[in-house]
Amino acid sequence: MNRIQSAFQKSKNKKAFIVFLTVGDPDLETTEKAVHAAVEGGADLIELGIPFSDPTAEGPVIMEADKRALDGGTTTDDVFALTKKLRETIDVPMVYMTYANVVYSYGTETFMKKAADAGIDGLILPDVPYEEKEDFDPMATKYGLDLISMIAPTSEDRISMIVKEAKGFVYMVSSLGVTGTRSKITTDIGAMTKLVRAATDIPCAVGFGISTPEQAKKMAGLSDGAIVGSAVVKLLAKYGRDAADPIRDYVKSMADAVHEA
Amino acid sequence: MTKSRGRFGDFGGQYIPETLMNAVIELEDAYKKYKDDPEFNQELTNLLNEYAGRPSRLYYAEKMTKDLGGAKIYLKREDLNHTGAHKINNCLGQALLAKKMGKTRLIAETGAGQHGVATATAAALLGMECVVFMGKVDCERQALNVYKMKLLGADVVPVTSGTGTLKDAVSQAMREWTSRIEDTHYCLGSCMGPHPFPTIVRDFQSVISKESRAQILKKEGRLPDAVIACVGGGSNAIGSFYNYINDKDVRLIGCEAAGRGIDTGDTAATINTGRLGIFHGMKSYFCQNKYGQIAPVYSISAGLDYPGVGPEHAYLHDIGRAEYVAITDEEAVNAFEYLSRTEGIIPAIESAHALAYAMKLAPTMSRDQIIMVTVSGRGDKDCAAIARYRGQDIRD
Repeated sequence: MNRIQSAFQKSKNKKAFIVFLTVGDPDLETTEKAVHAAVEGGADLIELGIPFSDPTAEGPVIMEADKRALDGGTTTDDVFALTKKLRETIDVPMVYMTYANVVYSYGTETFMKKAADAGIDGLILPDVPYEEKEDFDPMATKYGLDLISMIAPTSEDRISMIVKEAKGFVYMVSSLGVTGTRSKITTDIGAMTKLVRAATDIPCAVGFGISTPEQAKKMAGLSDGAIVGSAVVKLLAKYGRDAADPIRDYVKSMADAVHEA
Repeated sequence: MTKSRGRFGDFGGQYIPETLMNAVIELEDAYKKYKDDPEFNQELTNLLNEYAGRPSRLYYAEKMTKDLGGAKIYLKREDLNHTGAHKINNCLGQALLAKKMGKTRLIAETGAGQHGVATATAAALLGMECVVFMGKVDCERQALNVYKMKLLGADVVPVTSGTGTLKDAVSQAMREWTSRIEDTHYCLGSCMGPHPFPTIVRDFQSVISKESRAQILKKEGRLPDAVIACVGGGSNAIGSFYNYINDKDVRLIGCEAAGRGIDTGDTAATINTGRLGIFHGMKSYFCQNKYGQIAPVYSISAGLDYPGVGPEHAYLHDIGRAEYVAITDEEAVNAFEYLSRTEGIIPAIESAHALAYAMKLAPTMSRDQIIMVTVSGRGDKDCAAIARYRGQDIRD
């Protein structure tokens, strides 16, 4: 079992709470503090967003975060350096979430090697579906990184094909549309989980639209975990360099709910 | 082994969120079903001929030819189509296809507004809802087209993210499509984006070269020596080139927007200044920085102001079948004024990029050679902006 899968084994109920934030939003020091705060609050896995100029799968909250990070001058090399520093003191698995061009343009093999050297465990590329993963998966595998597979409410007959080859965990997109908080999730997550479980043993976590402990508990109850991004990024937008304390408190409330699910 | 579909060499593919995968597969299946369906094609041909005014004229620009003193110049007059540009060819095709698929709503991106107007027109004609995403900057520089789209019954959504131009409009249309797929078809305006769009758009635009080939054979008894068209995403160019690709003696020349010059940062000449990347659903050439961040491109022409290029153009460039040259704002504006003055035809500023290159090339060729230039659109929409470029403040 690798570090990503062990994140789903830590709590008694084997549920994981996953936190996303954009690296460099609003600066690297704040990201460092925020990641520590999230881990202290009980996050089981951290998704580090490498900012992209045109994040086509993101809603306005994370789009703004990417803009703040890029306006502040954050580069992929900065992200590697910060990851390395975080890895010195943090045991939880960390994965990158970014877009195909950030990896491809850097040189896929160089990117994977540097990411692995920095201590990253996996990679989420929302604009790389199953059919295109050959561009990235072999190099990710070569350097011991899991390329995370995503499934969506529209995936239907594709779910089994996708998750059979999935690594690390399966990212279940809860709703149509882009990232961002939603008052209600209407997809039948339980039915999606059933299709995942029929085809693989690796855990699956639900993301997109989750912001409250009630939602997190419900989603984790129907799967193996909950992923929160925009709600955390909103705290960074609101509190800026002082976001660590509110993030710790918020993550604790969410992680506790997930671990009781 | 790659499972990827829709490749031109290594270019193309389907780099999109999983949420959209079944939608593009459904589109590909529907397109396969209808593209050779006689009834569908009859319906489309009727619309193109009776409604859009095809076939478009192939006009011998005699005064221009004599003035430049070299190759004979023919203009493929896509500017004479209904809605004033080649965009309608693709929109009628896609709208009809979407309707057959049971979709009731079209969404589209637009730069100069021509594709938005054409989509709104097709939607009005076929009784469909229409929402057009347009960069805020473009809404301002093409205000007349915004009004037209609204007049045609479309909603126009100004896009404020990024540079507020065409690339941001594409991104926002893609985001919108992921949130509403069931009843919505994304009527993509250029030969770009994820498969099957580059192929579908090319096929619907290839009517340009299908006609021009027959027209030039009838007029001259032979094929042209060069075909020239402007390239943003590249839809009028691919349509103009397509039926000549196997005729190796016909030079195919795409004209990119150099903006203030390819040595300045203010350019949109993707093949001349960009490098290989993955964006907006496709692997192709993109203007980007060393970390893969997409560059904020610039051109006086809103329709060419895009940091990428369709994958088939990237491929034609790579195998050396087509040439891609860069034309500056100043050269394009000169050509805009020249054609107006010389032939009494006001071309779109996008098309003026192709005309500018023809003006350079024709004098270097002999009088028995033939150049064919696609006038992809008419220039009414550009008059106010060109006047401003020349220091004259007129109102639309």
